[in-house]
Amino acid sequence: MVVAIGFEGSANKLGIGIVKDGEILSNCRRTYITPPGEGFMPRETAQHHRQNILQLLKESLEKSGLRPEDIDVICYTKGPGMGAPLAMVAVVARTVAQLWNKPLLGVNHCIGHRFARVLKISNDPSPGYNIEQLAKKGNKYLQLPYCVKGMDVSFSGILTYMEERTNSLLKAGYTAEDLCFSLQETVFAMLVETTERALAHCNSDEVLIVGGVGCNIRLQEMMGQMCAERGAKLFATDERFCIDNGVMIAHTGAEMFKAGMKLPWIYSSITQRYRTDEVEAAWRDD
Amino acid sequence: MEGFELIRQGAEAKLYKGLYLGKPTLAKERFRKKYRHENLDLFLTKERMKAENRAIVRCKAFGLRTPAIYLVDFNRRIIFMEYFEHNIVLKDFIEISPVEVLTRLAVNIGETLGKMHESNIIHGDLTSSNMLLVNKNDVDSFDNLDDLSLVLIDFGLAYVESSAEDKGVDLYVLERALSSTHSTADRMFPKILEGYQSYCPSEFKEVFNKYEEVRARGRKRTMVG
Ligand SMILES: Nc1ncnc2c1ncn2[C@@H]1O[C@H](COP(=O)(O)OP(=O)(O)OP(=O)(O)O)[C@@H](O)[C@H]1O
Ligand SMILES: [Mg+2]
Repeated sequence: MVVAIGFEGSANKLGIGIVKDGEILSNCRRTYITPPGEGFMPRETAQHHRQNILQLLKESLEKSGLRPEDIDVICYTKGPGMGAPLAMVAVVARTVAQLWNKPLLGVNHCIGHRFARVLKISNDPSPGYNIEQLAKKGNKYLQLPYCVKGMDVSFSGILTYMEERTNSLLKAGYTAEDLCFSLQETVFAMLVETTERALAHCNSDEVLIVGGVGCNIRLQEMMGQMCAERGAKLFATDERFCIDNGVMIAHTGAEMFKAGMKLPWIYSSITQRYRTDEVEAAWRDD
Repeated sequence: MEGFELIRQGAEAKLYKGLYLGKPTLAKERFRKKYRHENLDLFLTKERMKAENRAIVRCKAFGLRTPAIYLVDFNRRIIFMEYFEHNIVLKDFIEISPVEVLTRLAVNIGETLGKMHESNIIHGDLTSSNMLLVNKNDVDSFDNLDDLSLVLIDFGLAYVESSAEDKGVDLYVLERALSSTHSTADRMFPKILEGYQSYCPSEFKEVFNKYEEVRARGRKRTMVG
């Protein structure tokens, strides 16, 4: 049995969640909302987080009905995201871990944020959600870099491509909707393909989707189609897991903890450029 | 496909067995994946059929055992190739064999991969599902290692590249695939490296350094900023 607490503050949302073997005991959030397209500034966002985090931690603990000694591992978002808010939250997580004498784990966060910033997509309620809504209205498919290696994917090619070309693509007649659509189709195809590889290699027939992007209907639909084509079953977790929040970080951290990962103190840093494709899914059972 | 019988649905393709010009033949059909966009699907299918064909031909040219290609049919999305009758997939072999046999086999795997890399072929998807052991005497017996020969398959993600980095990554992908599937991986992988080194001692050092680099990066990625 693992009880994990997760601190997430890579963007404008600050979240602290506690999970006990996949069961959510608490999931508290504060959102710093900025006008659409404007993007939150690092300093103000960090300030918002600093002002709220201790209160939120108390709230989260109270709601879970646990005491600090019941917790096994402290998890926080390492990145990617904005430096100042990330660092702010990491400092608190690190301090709490030392105060309570618990192990600390850094967890990675998803790519939606970066892309949303390139296209100036609103952060409310979350970039991922807004990309999904825009993608529904896109239909012109643009071929983007596609990279799978064995059971791993790499998104760095796509992100660089988008960061370099978005403006000229918009001028060339692609709409933001089309770009979101193409991004989604490509990224999800990579995820579904590697999942299918893992299934075939392990002779397994069950897929579980979790994490920030897991509540994306298009991803669930694609996974569903893939599963149907090979007689496998798909499980999608309920949407509380699927928003950027502390629970997600706690959940992932708990899995890493179970897989025996440890993080020495000196490495408990953050990184703005921590990319999804750099993560070794050591807790993935394949 | 007349006379062809579906034997397996892999990750990428449906595999059928039948006869082509009187020879036992495997038809690998990269059927349309409905989950992905039609354009992307067509593009990937063509790329991979080309890659598979190219790499297999190149392997042959460099004396590596791979299935002979009989026909590549882009319209039907099928590659027809030599079917090995008396084969066992490495993954299954590992599960039924004692560790002494496996370490001996691992040296052989390493030599074969050394040779493949020497020919500048990067496989791209090295796993225990993508290697076959074929009985040399045309019988279904897999107890004696000396009667088996190693055949590499599934070259859809392969490409030609001479850099040590890509070779190192290829080895790293294999290590991860083995260690996530087999409890004997930590006994086998060092022997694979040993076999690799004995086959190409001069190239080994650089490839091994790259492998270690990639591996360290992989570790660090999870933990360190
Ligand atoms: N030439 C061959 N002779 C005999 N059996 C073969 C041959 N090629 C492939 N097979 C069998 O078919 C399986 C799948 O083949 P292949 O790896 O090429 O396709 P795939 O779609 O990538 O499947 P997978 O996801 O299982 O790797 C192999 O594991 C093996 O059992
Ligand atoms: Mg295969």
